[in-house]
Amino acid sequence: MQPFTTLKATALPLRTENVDTDQIIPARYLTAVTQEGMGDGLFSWWRYNRDGSPNPDFVLNQPQYQGSEIVVAGRNFGIGSSREHAVWALNQYGFRAVISPAFADIFYNNSLKNGLLPIRMPEDTVSQLLDLIEEVPHTSISIDLPSQTVTVPGFDGGNAASDGSWSFEIDPFRKQCMLRGLDDLGYLLDKEEQISAFEAAASL
Amino acid sequence: MGKTLFEKIWDSHVIAQDEGAPAVLYIDAHLVHEVTSPQAFDTLRARGLPVRRPDKTFATMDHAIPTRIGAVEVDWPEDAATQVRALRQNCADFDVPLYDIEGDIQGIVHVIGPELGVTQPGMTIVCGDSHTSTHGAFGALAFGIGTSEVGYVLATQCLMQAQAKTFAINVEGSLGLGITAKDIILAIIAKNGAGGGAGHVFEYRGPAIRALDMASRMTICNMSIEGGARAGLIAPDETTFDYIKGREFAPKGDDWDRAVAYWRTLQTDEDAEFDRELTLDASSLAPMVTYGTNPGQGVGVTERVPRASDLEDPAERRSLQNALEYMGLSEGQPIEGQHVDIVFIGSCTNSRIEDLRAAAAIAKGGRVPAHVEALVVPGSKAVKAQAESEGLDRIFSEAGFEWRGAGCSMCLAMNDDKAGEGKYVASTSNRNFMGRQGPGSRSLLMSPIMAAAAAINGRVTDVREIL
Ligand code: SF4
Repeated sequence: MQPFTTLKATALPLRTENVDTDQIIPARYLTAVTQEGMGDGLFSWWRYNRDGSPNPDFVLNQPQYQGSEIVVAGRNFGIGSSREHAVWALNQYGFRAVISPAFADIFYNNSLKNGLLPIRMPEDTVSQLLDLIEEVPHTSISIDLPSQTVTVPGFDGGNAASDGSWSFEIDPFRKQCMLRGLDDLGYLLDKEEQISAFEAAASL
Repeated sequence: MGKTLFEKIWDSHVIAQDEGAPAVLYIDAHLVHEVTSPQAFDTLRARGLPVRRPDKTFATMDHAIPTRIGAVEVDWPEDAATQVRALRQNCADFDVPLYDIEGDIQGIVHVIGPELGVTQPGMTIVCGDSHTSTHGAFGALAFGIGTSEVGYVLATQCLMQAQAKTFAINVEGSLGLGITAKDIILAIIAKNGAGGGAGHVFEYRGPAIRALDMASRMTICNMSIEGGARAGLIAPDETTFDYIKGREFAPKGDDWDRAVAYWRTLQTDEDAEFDRELTLDASSLAPMVTYGTNPGQGVGVTERVPRASDLEDPAERRSLQNALEYMGLSEGQPIEGQHVDIVFIGSCTNSRIEDLRAAAAIAKGGRVPAHVEALVVPGSKAVKAQAESEGLDRIFSEAGFEWRGAGCSMCLAMNDDKAGEGKYVASTSNRNFMGRQGPGSRSLLMSPIMAAAAAINGRVTDVREIL
């Protein structure tokens, strides 16, 4: 997978709670047998009118948010189906990180396996960050995975350090995998001996 | 201190736990379907790896396939056919047993796993599908995974997992007439929220749960994911053992006795502690109906749709307003009497023979109004055959319901079974997300008997009035 270390980018404000994976990528895009083509389906219910034309009211289509690489969204992002296609769609569209007060477990796991960094931040901060990027769309947000910080210069968001930075939590093992672009498969294959021993004991 | 059921299963499957790394968990059964597996098999090909344990892997096709009776494969939409062919090819190439639509055993993966006796207490079970939580009804630790993880399990029979927290859901009292397992789980989610279980595994306990049959237990565990939980568990008991006994993959002879002796130990110890706890009184429940666009937005059928001004949290208020705008419902309106255009009885939540019997009892002698389209989609070929042998298909057909073949169908609208723009769907499935049942569709989740009553009356009805 693509490693993640640091990112400096603008963000898409998605002021919606409970964004489920059916919204991120509807079922009709799941008929693919490869990972390709998912970017076109990203948020398709919201992004396209029923006739297939772009819906100008949806933030993803608005000129001031073109090129953003971070999604900032309400709580419970990624609930619902386990479809990893949701993460592929976000990746292929060009997103590298999602900031939300809370994520659904399967989506969170899937993101970490594809180099899409999910960042939990307090609800108040996310809400103020949404205010800010709605008001100043070109606000640049810096994410630094090694130091586990998000920095928005000049933004205090209620509880930031004086330089406008917040720290976020991530499992240390998952952090290393993200930094080095490693998936779990190599690690698991290395456990061959333990796996065989477990299987032998279980079949007694 | 004693252990919870979750901790017992977890501890017995952790095969490695390195300092600073998630546990390596051994997986006893891996269920595979056409939609989330092709890219995983490709990973194996790219790395030159075999499937480690084809004997612990079970594949079927359910999501994309048409369910219209008489639909022949040459007429299928090209993309569904491609996925089905890819699954056949992958299963052939990697020696994975496939329960093909051509054969006698096929259906929604979470319906056929238990039917075949693959699902057993104390197991770890995964599938590239969030409703794998269904199998927790047998006291198995069962959860959905992404396609990357499907590849890891195919290759190594293991997953790296952080240990979840435990969450006891105590359901006291007993169910009144017309109240079902679906109402219990919808009430739990309404109370605890669609994200309320994140990071946790639910264990459903208490007298109201013990009194349920396996089909009802599966309905409850199925929707654990809608409550945000990783998985749901119900400790096995005689009801569980009776269900499993004699099924194809169930242990036989002495193995059976040994298995049951072990399964009896799969109970949360008296002195075990849960991280969180919630209690619900089953006796106080009314049939539930959802009005919104997440499964937590549900009320009793005699209640009204909430008003934004009743909610304190601005995010909840916004969420409600967005949902009602999409659903075309008004704040404060009674949910009873809401008209419906389509009725869908099916999905891994409610497509078992017990569900169909209950729905048929309501449908019997009634007549679906001409403007309502009603579908009954059995969960598996076995359910379909059983229902037909009991004459349920005739009851449904005579009442104006369309009788279908097994599959996911309008639960996720991947095949032709789609609800139209703006249509209200009384649905026994598990998700009311925007567009879930077709572009612009509006789902009202409810139990099979409530859906059958809605079909006959053309509107949301309190089924207790006609029982
Ligand atoms: S019936 Fe619906 S929820 Fe269940 S597996 Fe199929 S698509 Fe998923």
